[in-house]
Amino acid sequence: MSKFKRGTGKGMPAISTASLPDIVFMLLFFFMVTTVMRETTLEIDINPPDATEVKKMDKKSLISYIYIGPPIESQQVNFGPAARIQLNDRTFSRKEVGEIQYFIISEREAKHEKDRPYMTTSIKADENVTMGIITDVKTELRKVNALKINYSTKKRD
Amino acid sequence: MARREGGEINAGSMADIAFLLLIFFLVTTTMDVDTGISRKLPPMPEENIETPEIHKRNIYVVLINKNDRVLAGIGSPTNMIEIDGNGIISESLKEDVKKFVSNNGRSETSSENPDKAIVSLQNQEGTSYTMYIQVQNELTKAYNELRDEQAINDFGRKFDKLDDTEKKKIQEIYPMKISEAETKAN
Repeated sequence: MSKFKRGTGKGMPAISTASLPDIVFMLLFFFMVTTVMRETTLEIDINPPDATEVKKMDKKSLISYIYIGPPIESQQVNFGPAARIQLNDRTFSRKEVGEIQYFIISEREAKHEKDRPYMTTSIKADENVTMGIITDVKTELRKVNALKINYSTKKRD
Repeated sequence: MARREGGEINAGSMADIAFLLLIFFLVTTTMDVDTGISRKLPPMPEENIETPEIHKRNIYVVLINKNDRVLAGIGSPTNMIEIDGNGIISESLKEDVKKFVSNNGRSETSSENPDKAIVSLQNQEGTSYTMYIQVQNELTKAYNELRDEQAINDFGRKFDKLDDTEKKKIQEIYPMKISEAETKAN
């Protein structure tokens, strides 16, 4: 008399994959909520410095970004390791810092009249940049009266 | 034409559609850093307009030189602020700024009141951005702590927890007057 089941009469029931789309949709919603549509491909390497007294910026649509840092590996052959400025999708050397004025003016034109006083410029600079280029950028911003700025930093405790 | 009994839509391809959308979002978006320290730049000085004289006692000068050493003091940067082995600034900068801003005329060599007290931040060509941000951080911390203390005093809650009108009142008592001067020559 066998006390064991005779062979395997039934196969293992197939794992129901009915909830797989649900899991994927949850991941999808997570990404939709937490990320920002990347508008520009960075051509320069940026590792922002960290600080404790940082605040989240609101009104994302009224922020113009200025990226400052050394070019990425693939571009270093063209431009060398000196820090460059990226506006939208073009990079400039420190000597061409005057381009910032045109950039700000065109960003301003694209915004609604009543939004213009609320525009801020976010300076996203790599931590190894020296202050010379930053000060040049700030001087150009002052020339076009873009006075609200924000230094982009990561939060540390 | 007989309808198929109990016709169900095959949901097997739902997962494929979901994966495609997910990959699309993964590729096109970035988790961008959107935090930072806000500042207001001074407007360009116009020709022939004299800037008003500011008494030495009302300016706290912080100078970061090209070797990343921080010097600070009222009227002129005389004291060296210590930086530990990891490059972190000592608390003395924040404490000095707090004492300077909240002096309210008590000491003759320090500021008359927080509204007139200006912190002037100067740097040189070769100063590193990291040290500059650290100093900005300490200055912001000094003002934030003063504002928190005032908020707890006046309203019993920290500054972040106040509503807009209360925040304005505290901001009027301790306006953040951090002036960023031009880079001095090397």
